[in-house]
Amino acid sequence: MALKSSPAVLGMLTRLSRRSFATSKALASKPVTVRDALNQAIDEEMERDEKVFVLGEEVAQYDGAYKVTRGLWKKYGDKRVIDTPITEAGFAGIAVGAAFAGLKPICEFMTFNFSMQAIDHIINSAAKTFYMSAGTVPVPIVFRGPNGAASGVAAQHSQCFGAWYSHCPGLKVLMPYSAEDAKGLLKAAIRDPDPVVMLEDEIMYGIPFPMSDEAQSKDFVLPIGKAKVEREGRHITLVCAGRGTDTALKAAEQLAGSKGIECEVVNLRTIRPMDFDTIARSIAKTHHLITVEQGWPQSGIGAEICARVMESPSFFELDAPVWRVCGADVPMPYARTLEAHAVPGPADVVDAVTSVLGNKISAVQAQ
Amino acid sequence: MKFFNETSYEPIPIYRVMDNNGQIIDKNEEPNLDKATLINMYKTMVQLSHMDKILYESQRQGRISFYMTNYGEEGIHIGSASALSPKDLVFSQYREVGVFLYRGMTVTELVNQCYGNCEDPGKGRQMPVHYGSKHHNMVTISSPLGTQMPQAVGAAYAYKRVPNNDRCVICYFGDGAASEGDAHAAFNFAATLDCPVIMLCRNNGYAISTPTSEQYRGDGIASRGPALGLHTLRVDGTDTLAVHNAVKRARDFTVANNKPVLIEAMAYRVGHHSTSDDSSAYRSVEEIQKWTKDESPLQKFKLYLEHKGYWDAETEKAWSKEARDTVVRTMQEAEKKKKPNWKEMLEDVYYEMPPRLQKQMKQMEEHLKKYPEHYPLNQHESD
Repeated sequence: MALKSSPAVLGMLTRLSRRSFATSKALASKPVTVRDALNQAIDEEMERDEKVFVLGEEVAQYDGAYKVTRGLWKKYGDKRVIDTPITEAGFAGIAVGAAFAGLKPICEFMTFNFSMQAIDHIINSAAKTFYMSAGTVPVPIVFRGPNGAASGVAAQHSQCFGAWYSHCPGLKVLMPYSAEDAKGLLKAAIRDPDPVVMLEDEIMYGIPFPMSDEAQSKDFVLPIGKAKVEREGRHITLVCAGRGTDTALKAAEQLAGSKGIECEVVNLRTIRPMDFDTIARSIAKTHHLITVEQGWPQSGIGAEICARVMESPSFFELDAPVWRVCGADVPMPYARTLEAHAVPGPADVVDAVTSVLGNKISAVQAQ
Repeated sequence: MKFFNETSYEPIPIYRVMDNNGQIIDKNEEPNLDKATLINMYKTMVQLSHMDKILYESQRQGRISFYMTNYGEEGIHIGSASALSPKDLVFSQYREVGVFLYRGMTVTELVNQCYGNCEDPGKGRQMPVHYGSKHHNMVTISSPLGTQMPQAVGAAYAYKRVPNNDRCVICYFGDGAASEGDAHAAFNFAATLDCPVIMLCRNNGYAISTPTSEQYRGDGIASRGPALGLHTLRVDGTDTLAVHNAVKRARDFTVANNKPVLIEAMAYRVGHHSTSDDSSAYRSVEEIQKWTKDESPLQKFKLYLEHKGYWDAETEKAWSKEARDTVVRTMQEAEKKKKPNWKEMLEDVYYEMPPRLQKQMKQMEEHLKKYPEHYPLNQHESD
């Protein structure tokens, strides 16, 4: 289950040899973990705008349950980094109220699984107030924290909320993959006047990625609503986000090596608003599509992508039906072996690709 | 070893200034309000009750979809609003229309909102009674109960960070809303984060059909205050002057100390919960009549003004008529106004309209150009 640093090295090599949509040049750069990238983003934005502040459980003296806010309380003090009593409904509500009054809160959920206790404040207040107040009360808030499966934390700590939050108009929903994604997207989220849900990944926190010089600048911001082609290919498109991108890239490596299949990996970066144009351009090139996500199949992100393909000219570009690779439709089990089977891995993506490219879908469905 | 429960302590006493005949009980407690202010306060209360009556009827006649009356709580609204600064931020629940009126929102604006016409400051986005006004520092009302409470604390936290802050936040909520988890979180945070916020509970005896005897077992909402570290007062909500004094003192305290105050105003919900409710199903007519007769905030305040020689039967008759006519006239005008521009449906979802919505807007514009005769465009405001 533990990830090694090889995807980062491979990622760097592919970036060196191909142009990518992200506006960064991969020069000799030192690797930065996703955790540190997030930390830098928050630090820089707090320095830039004194209305920005952080609140959540354990964010201050403890440096954050996952150490994302390490060092910030020491630097900025009680006024800007606040430890709250244990009530998600309480501190999410406080954060929303502070945003109403003109501050820019960064509200950390220890995991998005706990955000369900505060989901009314996120959906009914943060997402809808600008609309309900006839455009007079913007809500410049960021809700962030780890999302999706971790390792051995079972059903109530492993759900992916990408589909839930991206369902709701009024919210922007981001799912970073690399350190550059994390930093650029979080900075953009903090600067954005709309409420943003930033779905991070606990396992990715510790993974180092090369960080270009440009990405290390204090003004490095990634555009919200723009996907990135992580790897170019001509046989099939893999659309993914967050840890799904890591899975897809690993599968792409395997397929290129063993079967000579070139996958184009589209890292969504933003789930809402979704960059369908990039997906469409890729489908026009490859004529085959797979979606990869950790979340459950029903009403998931992959389902949304399929629907959009149906409703657009991209439908006519497909030479085979779309196949979704998702988490198993069960609450996450605890046992390590079961957990490994419940979350999609590179082998599952490889299977899906070979099925789609082999036009085997109808045979499977007829069983 | 001794266990403590709700009967171990005396209930928190109720503060009042007037008796049921509008007579001051203790001269030292009479607030120093000038004649113009007192008359304005009373007139607003009367305006509110006329507006309530007519808008409630208009829902029954199918003119508006929904309404909630404020009978019996006018004293809480005007007593508190008159003690605040216009700069103080107000978070309300839904039964605080008097506060909006006192702050300067006009009957016209409120009626337009109920009708959702093109002059509704809310642009037709909210159901009736869910008012809001950035200009008057009143946060747009949100339906889920009690969510405004931690939000009010958060806003107060934002204020106290400003050097030389002179603003507080007031948050109204009912006896039922106080059972929400958010309420507990709000009280706890207000105390632990030292926020200049007044939490004002309108304890009116009912949460739709649930009487307070089923809502809580402890000594009302006031007893929760000291338990969580809040400066607390219980006040007679039908005594406008008592509410005024309480909120004035609370305001001075919160702003000076950056500490929260909990006020529980005891009153009675004379009307139904809303136009969707018929309270005769769960309470007796005698109970309602007793409260209307003995504890009417309008009656008590009127008698007080009469004792002071500021008001009489003549002025009562004249103002009553004017208040009523204002509402009737406003409604007639509101009904004639067009509905909001259809484009408002797609605006303000995000700070900047995203491409998907822009595309849909354009598609609809072209569609309407092609098939205008199939749509009631003349009923809506155009560009």
